[in-house]
Amino acid sequence: MKVAKTGNEAMAEAMRQINPDVVAAYPITPATEIVMIFSQFVADGLVDTEYLAAESEHSAMSACIGSSEAGARVMTSTSSQGLALMYEMLYVASGLRLPIIVAEVNRALSSPINIHGDHSDTMGARDSGWIQIFSENSQEAYDNLIQAVCIAEKARLPVMVSTDGFIISHCMEVIDMISDGEVKKFVGEYKPERYLLDIKRPYSCGALDLQDYYFEHKRQEAEAMINSKNIILGVAAEFEKSFGRKYGFFEEYRLSDADVAIVCLGSTAGTTKFVVDKMRQHGIKVGLLKPRIYRPFPYAEIAKVLSKVKSIAVLDRSDTFSSYAGPLFTEITSCLYTAGVNVKAVNYIYGLGGRDIGIENIEYVFKELLKISEGKYAANIVNYLGVRE
Amino acid sequence: MANLKELSKKEEKFTGGHRLCSGCGAGIIARQVLLACDKPVVIANATGCLEVASTIFPYTSWNVPWFHSAFENAAATVSGIETAYRALKKKGRVTEDINFIAFGGDGGTYDIGLQSLSGAMERGHNILYVCYNNEAYMNTGIQRSSATPKGASTTTAPYGKQSTGKVQSRKDLTAIIAAHNVPYVAQTALGFHNDLISKVQSALACGGASFINVLQPCRLGWAYPPEETVRIGKLAVDTCVWPIYEVKNGEYKLNYKPKEKKPVTEWLKLQGRFKHLFRPGSESVLQQIQEDVDKNWDKLLAMCKS
Repeated sequence: MKVAKTGNEAMAEAMRQINPDVVAAYPITPATEIVMIFSQFVADGLVDTEYLAAESEHSAMSACIGSSEAGARVMTSTSSQGLALMYEMLYVASGLRLPIIVAEVNRALSSPINIHGDHSDTMGARDSGWIQIFSENSQEAYDNLIQAVCIAEKARLPVMVSTDGFIISHCMEVIDMISDGEVKKFVGEYKPERYLLDIKRPYSCGALDLQDYYFEHKRQEAEAMINSKNIILGVAAEFEKSFGRKYGFFEEYRLSDADVAIVCLGSTAGTTKFVVDKMRQHGIKVGLLKPRIYRPFPYAEIAKVLSKVKSIAVLDRSDTFSSYAGPLFTEITSCLYTAGVNVKAVNYIYGLGGRDIGIENIEYVFKELLKISEGKYAANIVNYLGVRE
Repeated sequence: MANLKELSKKEEKFTGGHRLCSGCGAGIIARQVLLACDKPVVIANATGCLEVASTIFPYTSWNVPWFHSAFENAAATVSGIETAYRALKKKGRVTEDINFIAFGGDGGTYDIGLQSLSGAMERGHNILYVCYNNEAYMNTGIQRSSATPKGASTTTAPYGKQSTGKVQSRKDLTAIIAAHNVPYVAQTALGFHNDLISKVQSALACGGASFINVLQPCRLGWAYPPEETVRIGKLAVDTCVWPIYEVKNGEYKLNYKPKEKKPVTEWLKLQGRFKHLFRPGSESVLQQIQEDVDKNWDKLLAMCKS
């Protein structure tokens, strides 16, 4: 069914259809609407969910963890400082292998305080053991959130699905919604192997794990993340079979014969596609790689699809303040290096604090890339795009 | 009223073999609280002595479902568990009646976990939060907390040439939780097993959020021989340092009135953490402590009368 929805509405609708047992949340711009809309679903009896209005994001995630270990299917939503406040508990959720789902709306981190979209918040959690899925638009946010439930429960890992603050979260788009019944069937019932409320089979969870066991448990967690790659592809295949929309680790857009390519996450990929089409009309072979799954990072697969281009520009909507490059750039160049792929790569850090990235910015990057691939231009490796300096 | 003989026949839900110190009060409290439970119970535990010493993987002292996730969030965690229970019970996936209890030390309760506790109390989950209050951060090595009494020497507010230990009085957390207007709030001390057990039973029967603040002597942090734990707990009550009372639906009730109110020095002098107060020059601190005790005791008596 085609309906006009903002990113936040799309995610809230997905949550309604998933009908989780518990939602524990704390509002924060720009994710607030998700829990506001969902609270109304609870108030109107449209879901069976018990809603826990926590007094902070730290407690929201703590309550999600308690609920999930107790045996419930659990979701929450947050942004920015909220995700940062959850940080301690994100590691606990993944370490305890709890399939909690976060609808995360990407927003800049303080300081200075800023409510607009960039990827600093989600990137801060990139090593917290959560599966991370980026969305280009409301449709993907909706589809990704539904798939996240199946991925999390099969992988026994928490999943965060992100959209870009305001650009997606507050932008109205037409999306194709699946029927309530079909979503219910797709996500199925959550049946944990063990859970705290199974009082006939008591167990202790969250014990002190010292030098003799901790490493093995963390190694298992790493293995779970490796194994989740096949689960993600399996769920995507099932989703495509049921609903016709295709998903993978990433999307290649006019990449197979491209001379140069941009690699970017989220909503910027939409703008890039527009520019790719425009430049292709002039016979310029440009392409796009849009990673969808950031954790687990599909190293080998990405190296393979980028091996044929002459040069790439990786666009990062967050900085690492390492004096070097953004997080996506270091991932991409690392996977190219280990795969023995020698492609000239440059990094553009852009869009911090919601700074707009326009068609002209993307065109500029492609033109720079074409110069690089012709060997005419000695570019800086790390560049800041669209900033006054 | 529970008698020890009957209690000793009940199935142990918190068993021996844990690595708490000899003479530790936390284990005694955990055991007695669980003995007071007749229904199945699920436990959430804040990081702290009780947690680290009772569940060193792959061992556990708990014969009931037990969960720990972090330090400051036992109340949020147990509220999540209780919310899941309501959700799953509604759907028929859980059928038993279950009680939910959180344990936290004074660090995890008075200080770092206060927001989480306040949130859970205000939301009114059907939970019991038990603070085993040993008046300092014992697990990390006896640092001062907001439960540490005036004059106590701790490793972050030590006695020294220009210090008589902690300057501030402890905050009244029991009153703070009572101000949440939850159905049941109580204070008790180690050494009053009947009182603790009946309070746990009152709390679990109250139908909403409840809180019990149990004073727990710590032989390591309070610096006394391990066999003195129960005596020191009792003396805290007999000196009116730690009165035992309850607040049921807003009504204050004193549960024990010492026959003869003993001077506070009787309690202080048994503990190494107050040893410096008995050296010349600290008389004024001792006097202040006694005055504070008298003032708080009179205030409590007035509240219990009205």
